[in-house]
Amino acid sequence: MVRAVSTAETAATAYAWTIHADGLRVRAGRRMAVDGLDLAMDTGVHGLLGPNGAGKTTLVRSIATVLRPAGGTLTLLGEKVNGRLDLRGLRRQVGYLPQEFGYYRRFTVREFVEYIAWLKDMPAAETPGAVQRAIDRVGLTDRADDRMKTLSGGMVRRAGIAQAIVNDPRILLLDEPTAGLDPDQRLQLRALLRELGTDTCVLVSTHLVEDVAAACTDVLLIDAGRLVFQGVPADLAAAGDSAGTSAGTSAGTSDSAAERGYSAILRRHRRERES
Amino acid sequence: MTDHVSMALLERYATGGQGIAADTLWAVEAHLEGCAPCRERLGEAVVRRSPEATALLAAVRAKLATEVASSPQMPAQATRRVGRWVPPGIWPRLAMTIVVIAAALVLDLLGGGQFVLLVAPVVPLLGVAAVWSAGLDPAHELVVASPRAGLFMVLRRTLAVLLVVIPALTVAGALAGASPARWLLPCLVFTAGALALGELIGLRWAASALALVWTAGVIAPSVLAARAPLILEPVSLPYWAGLLAVIAVALVLRRDAYTGLRSETWSVR
Repeated sequence: MVRAVSTAETAATAYAWTIHADGLRVRAGRRMAVDGLDLAMDTGVHGLLGPNGAGKTTLVRSIATVLRPAGGTLTLLGEKVNGRLDLRGLRRQVGYLPQEFGYYRRFTVREFVEYIAWLKDMPAAETPGAVQRAIDRVGLTDRADDRMKTLSGGMVRRAGIAQAIVNDPRILLLDEPTAGLDPDQRLQLRALLRELGTDTCVLVSTHLVEDVAAACTDVLLIDAGRLVFQGVPADLAAAGDSAGTSAGTSAGTSDSAAERGYSAILRRHRRERES
Repeated sequence: MTDHVSMALLERYATGGQGIAADTLWAVEAHLEGCAPCRERLGEAVVRRSPEATALLAAVRAKLATEVASSPQMPAQATRRVGRWVPPGIWPRLAMTIVVIAAALVLDLLGGGQFVLLVAPVVPLLGVAAVWSAGLDPAHELVVASPRAGLFMVLRRTLAVLLVVIPALTVAGALAGASPARWLLPCLVFTAGALALGELIGLRWAASALALVWTAGVIAPSVLAARAPLILEPVSLPYWAGLLAVIAVALVLRRDAYTGLRSETWSVR
């Protein structure tokens, strides 16, 4: 199913980066979870990797304009996120799947996605078509009128992706979208991500290195709230190959080059920070 | 030059556009894209001048009609709209509110106390706490990150809660002899007060704190003394009205607290 593209969507942009962070600091509770992060992202699929507690979710939540930056600047679609920003206009162009995706159990998939479309200020005339398209894209067409509580974990996750893409966002934030998906569904999700990445800035937070290697045009690796590495997936694999030979890591043969690269870069970064 | 495309030009366009200069063709198409009346006239021109195009369109339409008939359709339901006024998870809380009011009524009818009057100011807080709270609204994270998040959305949901609670209180008050004139203003003050305090500490905490203060400060002493407290007598109404005005101003001044961009995680966890 296709949709009409308005002139506003194809207009030239007057900003360099869709998402741009400069010395960004964001507090999560008492802890500074994102601490001096520099980041620049444009259209494409960006894989956000990092160990548990590295600040991935906090970063995603601050880009979703849920958390206020404690320091530094965060610029989304050319607009600085601060107290004076017109959040409503910005949020219409953002799609967000939270890590802990809460939903209304008694709603059908269609009702839920439609409710989110309403929350996102979509015009009532466009909503039914957009809802159907979003549900089709995640492959839930035949379950569209089933209640959310009857869905399996993977299907709930896909319904979460459907609500995130229903407004055709310019910035799409997916926090752990592959959690609970079976291998076949993960392949489908990767294809969808590649398709979305042609005209959207997609930020996918994940802890599965192979997802990043397969579906992303760009890899971001963060540790302790700072950006450690940004490059194409091939760079990550190259770092793994060189680390495997020079540092003599005891990597098993089944570990992929990207996974070895991930741990090699993390270890090198931590060594440098300690010294 | 007129604002719209001439009929002669449209008829030539409808029959294939031969002989129309490229720049004119471009202008015609650009105009048609944004002008519904001209598109309608183009449709008439097609029917009149180009039977083959009409036949093609009819064939496409017939083919599409069968496909549309076999694909799933958006069901029309009125119940969906209710969710836009109250967060869908609030129904248990509203049911609890009704139970509390009913229990107060039963106590009054059996023992001749003033329970309906005493709980009336704070009983809406049970529902109001769930209006903007992560713990009581599963999709709260999605709601606060959405364009509609903000004081208007909070007020709209609060209004929906009051539309359930106030009629229930009115009925219970009529049976127990507690006139709305005595409790309606305090009821609104506590509701607005919870919303205003919620801008500072989170709505759920604010509602709990106010309910606790009222219970400890007014309900308990009144029950012990077995008489209605002075602050619920008509003589106190001007003070309640003044308080409501002050709270309303504070609520509007700090309205951005509900729009998002929080530096602490108080109302998320």
